[in-house]
Amino acid sequence: MTPAEVVGPAGENSAPDPEALLDVQDLRKYFPVHRGVLGRSVDQVRAVDGVSFRLHRGETLGLVGESGCGKSTTGRAILHLIEPTGGRLIYDGQDLAELDRAQFRAFRRRAQIVFQDPFGSLNPRMTVSGMLAEVLKVHGLGETGMDRSARVCELLDMVGLHAEHAGRYPHEFSGGQRQRIGIARALAVEPEFIVCDEPVSALDVSVQAQVINLLRDLQRDLGLTYLFIAHYLAVVEYMSDHVAVMYLGKIVEMATAQDLYKNPRHPYTRALLSAAPRRDPQAGPTRERIRLSGDVPSPIRPPSGCPFYTRCPHPGKDEGCQRAVPRLEEKTPGHLAACIKNPMPTGRA
Amino acid sequence: MPLLEVRDLRTYFTTDAGVARAVDGVALQVGAGETLGIVGESGCGKTVTALSVLGLIPSPPGEIVSGSSIRFNDEELLDVKPARLREIRGNEISMIFQEPMTSLNPVLTVGYQIEEVLRLHRGLSKREARAAAVALLAEVGIPEPDHRFDAYPHQMSGGMLQRVMIATALSCEPRLLIADEPTTALDVTIQAQILDLLVSLQQKHGMALLLITHDLGVLAEVCDRVLVMYGGQIVEVGTTEEILTNPQHPYTQGLLASLPGIGDRDVRLNPIPGTVPSAINWPEGCRFRDRCSFAWERCAESAPSLLKVEGGPGRAASCWRVEAGDFSSGSVGGPR
Repeated sequence: MTPAEVVGPAGENSAPDPEALLDVQDLRKYFPVHRGVLGRSVDQVRAVDGVSFRLHRGETLGLVGESGCGKSTTGRAILHLIEPTGGRLIYDGQDLAELDRAQFRAFRRRAQIVFQDPFGSLNPRMTVSGMLAEVLKVHGLGETGMDRSARVCELLDMVGLHAEHAGRYPHEFSGGQRQRIGIARALAVEPEFIVCDEPVSALDVSVQAQVINLLRDLQRDLGLTYLFIAHYLAVVEYMSDHVAVMYLGKIVEMATAQDLYKNPRHPYTRALLSAAPRRDPQAGPTRERIRLSGDVPSPIRPPSGCPFYTRCPHPGKDEGCQRAVPRLEEKTPGHLAACIKNPMPTGRA
Repeated sequence: MPLLEVRDLRTYFTTDAGVARAVDGVALQVGAGETLGIVGESGCGKTVTALSVLGLIPSPPGEIVSGSSIRFNDEELLDVKPARLREIRGNEISMIFQEPMTSLNPVLTVGYQIEEVLRLHRGLSKREARAAAVALLAEVGIPEPDHRFDAYPHQMSGGMLQRVMIATALSCEPRLLIADEPTTALDVTIQAQILDLLVSLQQKHGMALLLITHDLGVLAEVCDRVLVMYGGQIVEVGTTEEILTNPQHPYTQGLLASLPGIGDRDVRLNPIPGTVPSAINWPEGCRFRDRCSFAWERCAESAPSLLKVEGGPGRAASCWRVEAGDFSSGSVGGPR
């Protein structure tokens, strides 16, 4: 595993990191808000507001946060499934904005996505082999139909399904099997990078574990790089080398998975970890218990200064927090946090 | 005498493909003031069990098979007249659902929806009902309850709406509150708020709580006692601690082994193979045997009933290994 310093924040003018497969610099995505008969744009939702990170080959970066924090939008903007409003995306040394059509199609082969909803993301009118063969055809993989059906069988085998499943339709499969089909579809073009957008959130616990194991095995066997987006903390820690925590469109903390979970520095991360229900009954009385009041503020009008200020449980928060948006800074080697205060004292309840 | 006693509950649904035996022989007891958890994956029959208790099974296609019994406060709910059932439902037993967004009427203010319950069930005047509703909104931790009374559901967040649902459910001071996945649709920080709220209200009002969830973590936070359901049946019973630290049924063991805990990233997960079978076609014998690494011929021949295992009163598991004295000695972690 590469050392922790690799996921440094990429400043606008930082030198390109030859090791990085993906270098995200100040990524922004604003959605206009339309009102009135004429549908004029009156405001904008700052879904992703200045996100920077680097991702190295063969590694997994976990992206956690609550609904609306911009984690899925980040994943989609990176793949240009939605056009980013601003920022730079450097993939394997190439700026994605500078690619022509042919180059962009080549990029699409290298970077794929697995969606959350295994029910909504498969075409109900196509058989599994039809879906997979279509992907191969579009990307010009496989000379003949025979080649392609051989590849379809190979793909099904990779994700733990069988050749006889090829002729079936999505409704004939369970949720877990559908997610395997979704993964097979992403793998069809032999990508090196996959955005996994909540790939197990819709699945039952026992099936969740099957899919997690599958994703880990595929990463090991094929050397894949993952951006793993989820809201379930234990799953993210389990999958990821590094973890970034998002709040209101910004990364508030980023570190190696072990470091982040052992020594969380940002009050929001602390609260998230303490709120996650744990099944270990012995952990009950001794663990930290931080309860956040209220809801996440609207991303249309985020609070000035620190976006977390309104809900922050830090006893030392003051006007200084409201003055400017705290920068994501390296606090200890490889551990970044966007908080101007020292970490909160550990409170046990 | 327990507050709620369910015996041999069988709720079947007639479908085009055949009869789905969604709940098939469930027995449970909830004492006054107790918190009982039902845990299981989708399709295990946990929600249908709750809906059966409330008499909310649509018929047809649903049917509670004769021989089933649901006694609440020593009254057989399956025999009472619809009018009496309506009295019990809301006054004595309340329910909150998973999706607060779809459980409230979008064209009425949240205050009106609470007020309506108070006027119907407690016969309050409009003015009294409004005051009581505002008090309830304050009790469930809604800021500016006076002002929020006039808000429509779309103007509130999911966590706030779940608080409104809880306020509605509490409005008649029920003796039993059934909460069906009350926090599944919510974010973790909001989930923690709602669970804290449920526990504090339960202690304050001394009501019994039947909590249905798929999340073993939620269970550990809230419940005294747990039932594990699989295939429309109860497969294991015990205290929360017994279930989480010393599971006896291979299904419970598998569920626990499927979850990564915070801190064990180097352990490979040990999931249960396969998927839950269909309620139309439960396997003969033990319903878990297709996915169980311990299954032997006996498991195919007949289904085990709940057998007593070592532990506190009522501790039981429905597995032939228990009778054979072959159960694992307390390891958390699934069949290897």
